[in-house]
Amino acid sequence: MSPSATADTLVSFRDVSKVFVTGSKRRPRTVTAVDSVDLDIRRGEIFAVIGYSGAGKSTLVRLINGLEPISSGTLEVAGNRVDGRSESQLAPIRRKIGMIFQQFNLFTSRTVAGNIDYPLKRAGWKPEERKARVAELLEFVGLTERAGNYPEQLSGGQKQRVGIARALASNPELLLADESTSALDPETTQEVLGLLKRVNRELGITIVLITHEMDVVRATADRVAVMDSGRVVETGTTAEVFAHPRAQTTRKFVSSVMRTVPRADEIEKLRREHPGRLVLVDVTDQNRIGDVLSDAARDGVSFNIAFGGISILQSQSFGTLTLSLTGSDESVDRAVESLRAVTTVREVSE
Amino acid sequence: MEWSALGPQLLDATGQTLYMVSVTLVLAGLIGLAVGMGLYVTRRGSILENGPLFTALNLLVNFVRPIPFIILLAALGQVTESVVGTRLGPNAAIFTMTIGATFAVARIVEQNLMTVDPGVIEAARSMGVSRWKIITTVILPEALGPLVLGYTFLVIGITDMSAMAGAIGAGGLGDFALRLGYQRFNDQVTWAAVIVIIILVQLVQFFGNWLARRIMRR
Repeated sequence: MSPSATADTLVSFRDVSKVFVTGSKRRPRTVTAVDSVDLDIRRGEIFAVIGYSGAGKSTLVRLINGLEPISSGTLEVAGNRVDGRSESQLAPIRRKIGMIFQQFNLFTSRTVAGNIDYPLKRAGWKPEERKARVAELLEFVGLTERAGNYPEQLSGGQKQRVGIARALASNPELLLADESTSALDPETTQEVLGLLKRVNRELGITIVLITHEMDVVRATADRVAVMDSGRVVETGTTAEVFAHPRAQTTRKFVSSVMRTVPRADEIEKLRREHPGRLVLVDVTDQNRIGDVLSDAARDGVSFNIAFGGISILQSQSFGTLTLSLTGSDESVDRAVESLRAVTTVREVSE
Repeated sequence: MEWSALGPQLLDATGQTLYMVSVTLVLAGLIGLAVGMGLYVTRRGSILENGPLFTALNLLVNFVRPIPFIILLAALGQVTESVVGTRLGPNAAIFTMTIGATFAVARIVEQNLMTVDPGVIEAARSMGVSRWKIITTVILPEALGPLVLGYTFLVIGITDMSAMAGAIGAGGLGDFALRLGYQRFNDQVTWAAVIVIIILVQLVQFFGNWLARRIMRR
């Protein structure tokens, strides 16, 4: 076990890669879907994995319950090695891991109650226990009146609630949510995310949530990993990642929901309107940008806020401002240096 | 030819056809289901992926399927005799019909199983359900509606086969139409057999559609 894995680590990836071999036998082509990933998911948290399509996030989540075997590295779930196990050896591990899907994947030949009952039946529960458990789960997801309906009679949000109930049936420790709201409209998305939060808070189930929407991360996740081309390029608490996105991909994601950084065409307009030196300044609770700027004013630098925004996430302020600084070259340089001392400053690129 | 004499013969012939078709349907239906499931589960990317086994089954099916049934009857004469004890009669016909129909059933089963959403199978795998249980409790129930329609379609094919089996003295409506109608230039007798076959097929199709509709809730 690696030193960073602790007792409250539920899933731990150590240098995990997944390589798919496609093409013909003569001319095989390999695609590295997951590339040397190190990751620890802690018990009780909602952990989001965000990335563009093809970044490897869906593959990553399928490694956790062994739907796809890893190619190299080690992978542990609740202290059990998942790698190198046969389908039948994986069965007991999988029963402790629920999974929900973008397309819901409900059994069309079974009713709502039948779908939820199915995993219990397979796990060998007694009929009376199954009945009670199904009723309890229907109640939890608010679909008691829909017990006898078939999936095609339900809306998308209701289908996903059945999916969640079915995934929770055999009391898993971990719930894998693979783009679970991507097929839903914004309102239904909020409803399903609200339910996932209840699953986490009320039942104490750890959730790994795959998404390509930063809004979903912002609304639910405690921590987030950003994936790009099979690699995890950034990991941190959601607040940290929103406030100080380091990787290029992360910045793009953050700016997709936090339009605080101007786009190239907007920069041109800003340049036309603001003759001063344009700099991007990150704002958080901790830094005192106002103090620095009033000191700079005394030094003969005037400033304008050209672009930007500040928001609050998990009770922390964060955002980015584009400042236009005017004054003598030396005094502007001094102002930028003082800003650098308290926060991250980037020049507005050409 | 008197209809009073032909009537009972037509009834007998109908009974023989029903016997041959239903026994063949049960035998070929079961063996074909197994072969079709074999094709489905061993193909690339499926739950029991097995390249060599798939290739072998696929070749076997492709080998038998294109043989015209009337030729299969003749070609398997020797085999039929050693298995059934005779080349003639309904039981000899059932043997050859079962072989011919099994491979048609296999293809139809394979095609219908392939319509099952792979996501549903993945969901069952994620629950730790064994592969055998996935076949019996997920794949087959999910494909049941289309399978019923496929089998209904096959009943018609098997009826067609049974008529040809009349040529080897298997009896049935084919034999009736050929021997008492065609060979005696009596079109009315031939048409009597045709009408009975049409009625049988309609009944089967009606029942199959009804059953499939109920299963698929449409």
